[in-house]
Amino acid sequence: MILDVQNLRVEFPTRRGTLTALDGVSFSIAPGEVLGVVGESGAGKSITGMAVIRLLAPPGRIASGEIHLEGRRIDNLPHEEMRKLRGRRIGVIFQDPLTSLNPLYTIGRQLEETILTHLPMGKSEARGRALSLLREVGIPAPEARYEHYPHQFSGGMRQRVVIALALAAEPKLLIADEPTTALDVSIQAQIIALIRRVARDRGAAVMLITHDMGVIAETAQRVAVMYAGRIVEIGAAQDVIHAPKHPYTVGLMGSIPRISAEKHRLVQIEGSMPRLNAIPPGCPFNPRCAHRFDRCVVERPELIAAGASRAACWLHANA
Amino acid sequence: MPTLEPLLSLVGVSRDFDVSRPWLNRVIEREPRRYLRAVDKVSFDIAKGETLALVGESGCGKSTVARLIVGLYQPTEGRIAFEGRRMQMIFQDPYASLNPRWRVRDIVAEPIRFLGTSQNVDELLRQVGLSPDDGEKYPHEFSGGQRQRISIARALAGEPDFLVCDEPTSALDVSVQAQILNLMLDLQARLGLTYLFISHNLAVVSQVADRVGVMYAGRIVELARAAEIFSRPRHPYTRMLLDAVPDLSKAGRARTAVAGEVPNPLGLPSGCAFHPRCPHANERCRVETPRLEDGVACHAVQEKRI
Repeated sequence: MILDVQNLRVEFPTRRGTLTALDGVSFSIAPGEVLGVVGESGAGKSITGMAVIRLLAPPGRIASGEIHLEGRRIDNLPHEEMRKLRGRRIGVIFQDPLTSLNPLYTIGRQLEETILTHLPMGKSEARGRALSLLREVGIPAPEARYEHYPHQFSGGMRQRVVIALALAAEPKLLIADEPTTALDVSIQAQIIALIRRVARDRGAAVMLITHDMGVIAETAQRVAVMYAGRIVEIGAAQDVIHAPKHPYTVGLMGSIPRISAEKHRLVQIEGSMPRLNAIPPGCPFNPRCAHRFDRCVVERPELIAAGASRAACWLHANA
Repeated sequence: MPTLEPLLSLVGVSRDFDVSRPWLNRVIEREPRRYLRAVDKVSFDIAKGETLALVGESGCGKSTVARLIVGLYQPTEGRIAFEGRRMQMIFQDPYASLNPRWRVRDIVAEPIRFLGTSQNVDELLRQVGLSPDDGEKYPHEFSGGQRQRISIARALAGEPDFLVCDEPTSALDVSVQAQILNLMLDLQARLGLTYLFISHNLAVVSQVADRVGVMYAGRIVELARAAEIFSRPRHPYTRMLLDAVPDLSKAGRARTAVAGEVPNPLGLPSGCAFHPRCPHANERCRVETPRLEDGVACHAVQEKRI
């Protein structure tokens, strides 16, 4: 396993009490594997990514749990060592490519700087590597684009540059937080193909965070569905998408509009996800769940084998 | 069922934006004024009780069409005729479109006061799935989906028969999006509303639209019944867009990646604006702009080459 997260708990101490943003999150990603982390706003998917790279916005902190990267525990590393790990071992791609790039430097300079920071290379060697990275992510005529500034690129091309930056030091783990959300559909497909290729060809583990089940379906081998700071279902993408086991996943899948020749109503989950200061006891989904019974209200379900996947739902307790 | 009587019709509507550099630069550097044509000779009708959706990628001009219809922009040329009683608009961002200093009750009541309609705020809130008590709260106390419900209640307060919805669910999570789309379908059935629905999301459009217009670089390239568009798309761009939609039934398989990007509106390709990305383009496509005939603006389709 490249990344292994066990029982991660992230808290935000506030004046009005401590908010638990992540509670008992465990998952792992193998080399060459893309794990999709899906959920709605506030479910904790981005916080999971930020906790792994230790860039939680203050006052957020890892309260308990362990994070291992290539067998080495990283959640308790000093900041200086963690800083060296980011970029070198862990590459990150954020949603908005424009804010990930420095508008005052050419993309060539930004790539060279990243390469020189992390790899023992000379300047001309770094330039060669930067050009080959740009070629790999599909920037046409990289030599001509090398001296261009970020604003001279379109959104899709900028995101390719960001991916090239993330790959600059051959990281073992790539965290992509909504990498296609700011892009048009036709560009999305290109970026998804690129991320798949990176995982396959370089044997990197990819944590793909998105709210878009369609992107997950095409990119990820496994999916973790998050709700109110917990993983409620995890399994192979095929199984979770076609045979969801947790009632929340069932509702979520039904509410996704699909191309159809007829207009019709979508499956609707009543209500909304609880705020962090009002997560109900027992199963966090119980107030919205049509299958709720006594146990759901009092006892919190852990991930239980359910069909081919695992779901945190008491419905599967005796199966 | 929609009747054939058009509630709204656009005839050859275009809109140019002045993107000239400042006067001094133009004088010193002898540059002419520059215009950007955001919408180019767009014509369509919307029948009473119908939902027409305009789809396209960012920068294709779909939002400009919406703003032209509600009068936020004046057309540079062409004519827009509205036969209905009143129109209202629902915007994409429910955070920006509600005044944070007003109570919800006052927000929803404003059109009633201003237009003198006989709507009741409590009843409107109930109609969109909120409680009358919510009227006393401020917008920040609501989630994105609930705010969009408030926007819809405010729009209905003006007793419109036509609603222009510009990406009404794009800022929302999928489960909330489903709630809002269902609400819009219910309200249409109950109140006989007519919708212009602007979206970049083809899957969303297929859930709500009776007819669909596909826009590319300021023009409508295909206009047909939703069932036609989604089962037998004709224009190569429509086909490309449909291929690019993530398909949940194909977990693990890659979709056809589409080459190229939307062209810069300041330097549109000659002829058919789509020709540099089109696998069926020939010499004629490079010089002659295709007209929308029989619901599709494509030489290859009209010449029966595809």
